Amino acid sequence: MNLLSDGRREDGRQLDEVRKIQVETGVIESAEGSARVKLGETEVMAGIKIIPGTPYPDAPGDGVLTTGAELIPLAHESFEPGPPSEDAIELARVVDRGIRESGMVDVKKLCITEGEEIWMVFIDIYALNYDGNLFDACNLAAVCALKSAIVPWKQYGKGEEDLPMPVTCTPISVTECKIGNDLIVDPNFNEEAISTARLTVTTDDIGNFRAMQKGGKGSITRGDLSLCLDRAVEIGKQIRKIIG
Amino acid sequence: MSGHTDMVLVNEEGIRIDGRKVDEKRNIKIEAGVLKNASGSCYLEIGKNKVLCAVYGPRECRPRHLQNPTKAIIQCKYNMQAYSVTDRKRPGTDRRSVEISKLISEALEAVVQTELYPRASIDIYIEILQANAGTRCAGLTAASVALADAGIPMRDLVPAIACGKADGNVLLDLNKEEDNYGQADVPIAIVPSTDEIVLLQMDGNMTREELDHGLDMAFKAAHEVYDVQRAALKKRYSDISKKEGDSVE
Repeated sequence: MNLLSDGRREDGRQLDEVRKIQVETGVIESAEGSARVKLGETEVMAGIKIIPGTPYPDAPGDGVLTTGAELIPLAHESFEPGPPSEDAIELARVVDRGIRESGMVDVKKLCITEGEEIWMVFIDIYALNYDGNLFDACNLAAVCALKSAIVPWKQYGKGEEDLPMPVTCTPISVTECKIGNDLIVDPNFNEEAISTARLTVTTDDIGNFRAMQKGGKGSITRGDLSLCLDRAVEIGKQIRKIIG
Repeated sequence: MSGHTDMVLVNEEGIRIDGRKVDEKRNIKIEAGVLKNASGSCYLEIGKNKVLCAVYGPRECRPRHLQNPTKAIIQCKYNMQAYSVTDRKRPGTDRRSVEISKLISEALEAVVQTELYPRASIDIYIEILQANAGTRCAGLTAASVALADAGIPMRDLVPAIACGKADGNVLLDLNKEEDNYGQADVPIAIVPSTDEIVLLQMDGNMTREELDHGLDMAFKAAHEVYDVQRAALKKRYSDISKKEGDSVE
């Protein structure tokens, strides 16, 4: 905490500095799209499976997206086996919201026969090594996996050839934690452990806000929120450049 | 946020389908102390939303491995009843209700003096009897009144309200149609005495200007909801003292 008031962090980063991002796509051949992402020492894998299915009655021409996240015991000693925990459910829903609300995937182009058959896209994310900020790591992995995904039109006999996932933009989430009166971007495990509140802000390519989620048992001020919004736009731009 | 409609949600005069202006919240009614068995309770209506909330505790925390030796834990269960929505809601917890329960618990942890009750659990049950958009805000608003009704020490109440966007207009307190067919929904809850934010979510599409404008409206409206919360608690306690006065005679 004393370090922070001098604008420094235990790992030497600036308060608004994101850890090194490494993305590898196409790592799982049995998946229609995949990405393994490292954010510092936090590591996650996202895989996309795509199968034909029936549309929802209120959206007969739209493909369906489903996002799941698993905090498996392999990734950290605090993760327990069993059905998804509250934390895993919140994580999946925040990642889902960023992708869904930004309109990243053009679901109209995932229609096979209107009212009868559409493509169902399953985004499954697994934590592999947890060192804080799973929100942004999972967002990145899901987005990169989707961008690399191939819709198996030919494989299922629904078209002449397999086509790339119809992607319109790159939603990027930026998560900050509040420690004392400071807000730090991309918290690691130790920073998360002593923080009182968390805010995730997802922006689209033009810097509009598409999703937000405050978490944690503490509060944030309107000034904190304003700083997070500014940083989310700025850092979102930087990250889009990195992942291309 | 995903549906499409030809319905005009906000007309040229800036009037919404339920007759409200863009910065007008729905009618809100709050009553404290409505359930006999609970330590504290609250019934709340905002527009067509009807919410019932009960607080049990502080009481022994079960399962025991969840106990915290330094403070009470808050366990909220938000539940939509089967008949609360147009298409019957299958009873039981789903992923949405798990997330909402977690966020409401966290928002209330920021105000409840949990350190007074080590190892205990404060259990909050929010039942949505009828849903018409904004139920997490309605549930949280009711929960903080029920906590106060239970006599649990708190720094302040927690009023919650949403702002959002529909037909390109920034709106306060979206109704079901505006939520379904609009462009953004931003539920927010604050601590009125300090204006801290304890719950905040957003989905949709808003520019910075729209978001700031929406938040200004939501903060102002949250203070108005706060007045209704306090009035409900005052009425509850004046009713109790009146009753006690009667029995003395």
